[in-house]
Amino acid sequence: MPKVTYISHTGESTTIEVAVGTTAMENAVRNGIDGILAECGGACMCATCHVFVDPAFLDRLPPIGEEQEEMLGSTFEARQPNSRLSCQIEMRPEYDGLIVRMPARQT
Amino acid sequence: MDRVVIVGGGQAGLEAAAALRAQGYEGTVTLVCEEPHAPYQRPPLSKQFLLGKQDAGSLPLRAVMFYEKHRINLILGDRATEINRGGKRIHLAGGGSLAYDHLILAVGARNRTLPVDGREQVVYLRTLDEAETLKQRLTEASSVAVIGGGFIGLEVAATARKLGKMVTVIEAGPRLMARAVSPLLSEFFLNLHLAHGVAVRLNASVDAAAGADLVVAGIGVIPNMELAREAGLAVANGIVVDEYLRTSDPDVFAIGDCAAHPNRFAGGRTRLESVQNAVDQAKCVARTIAGEPTSYGDVPWFWTDQFDVRFQMAGLGAGHDLHVARGSIEDHKFSVFYFKEGRLLAVDSVNRFGDHVAARKLLTAGTPLTPEQAVDESVDLKQLATAHS
Repeated sequence: MPKVTYISHTGESTTIEVAVGTTAMENAVRNGIDGILAECGGACMCATCHVFVDPAFLDRLPPIGEEQEEMLGSTFEARQPNSRLSCQIEMRPEYDGLIVRMPARQT
Repeated sequence: MDRVVIVGGGQAGLEAAAALRAQGYEGTVTLVCEEPHAPYQRPPLSKQFLLGKQDAGSLPLRAVMFYEKHRINLILGDRATEINRGGKRIHLAGGGSLAYDHLILAVGARNRTLPVDGREQVVYLRTLDEAETLKQRLTEASSVAVIGGGFIGLEVAATARKLGKMVTVIEAGPRLMARAVSPLLSEFFLNLHLAHGVAVRLNASVDAAAGADLVVAGIGVIPNMELAREAGLAVANGIVVDEYLRTSDPDVFAIGDCAAHPNRFAGGRTRLESVQNAVDQAKCVARTIAGEPTSYGDVPWFWTDQFDVRFQMAGLGAGHDLHVARGSIEDHKFSVFYFKEGRLLAVDSVNRFGDHVAARKLLTAGTPLTPEQAVDESVDLKQLATAHS
């Protein structure tokens, strides 16, 4: 199973093994990782699961979809080129080792 | 030490508990949940969960360890039976009682039911347990009658159709989702369902459900206000609260589906049944209790997914005197803008995500928009919204 590392704004790092097909957001919630809220439950209707993807993995992720593109305009912390909504990162074997950094605030 | 008790384990209750901690509230927080499950997401129950694409394990809003880490006392499978306002204590059906300094009622609503006349086979959908039952019953049925052409009914109809069932929607009124959308959108959704092979009976009685293997009813909800009423709190289509979400007792608040609150977008008191309202009211009440009195004024938004359509609403369009459309209805990519006396009230978007996001910002900031700008695709709504925010 691929591993994902979540790094909080204070530098606290948590690495977990996740099932292929689940999202980076739902694994954070399931594992009690603070820093990802997901108020809408992964429907791409809010922007409270915002993460900054380690640049080394950006090329492997699929292009940003239209809905995500629009919601990324509503993040609490300003959008960066490596900003993603973690509910839209559906885990694949080739994302093994993925590192995402979480903003200080989501809302 | 200061004590907050939250009654109701839906999303509003959970978010209030989480927001209190996020605000740095140091007192005790107790969340009383009537269901045996820790707070979970309801929106997928009629869609991805029912379809079998999302399992129950992905529904909890927070992991068990979250409650421990943030010192939230979670009481499952119990409910409040009485509020003793003089003694500032609530009593539970299980025999216990809890003292509070601040009480948050997030008691939600319950499904309206059909008059009982031997229709005990009718299935309703609000809770996870009901969704499990419906999911099981769907596997055994080949024909499904859905009573009620509102959001829940139509989402269930779309899911059942995707599962290959023969589906009939039975609506008592002359159009679909009449409480929430304009006739233009009602017609769009009617055509959408017809195109996907759903039979839709308007102005029909429940007798039209006869013969179906499975009958599901989604005919609206009744706010849970008995607990508040018996405690002498003001109720009127919900628990009456002021702009700070306070009931007629300053130590008792009400949020979410059960709260009849003054809403600047409704132009008066209203009650909203949505994730947005639950989450934003929870955050608002948490700020107030944590010492920063905050009035509620967030823009209402809502979504539903049916077949290939994502429908998003921002604002409240009731009472509009003009509507204009942007985009193409034929291509299932359009937005409808609602105005009253020249002021933008609401925007309904079908597969136009950018319009929806812009609409939330325009409505929040009160940015003026003319009907001419709304229909003109060369006007960049996002830019307009950003420029004024």
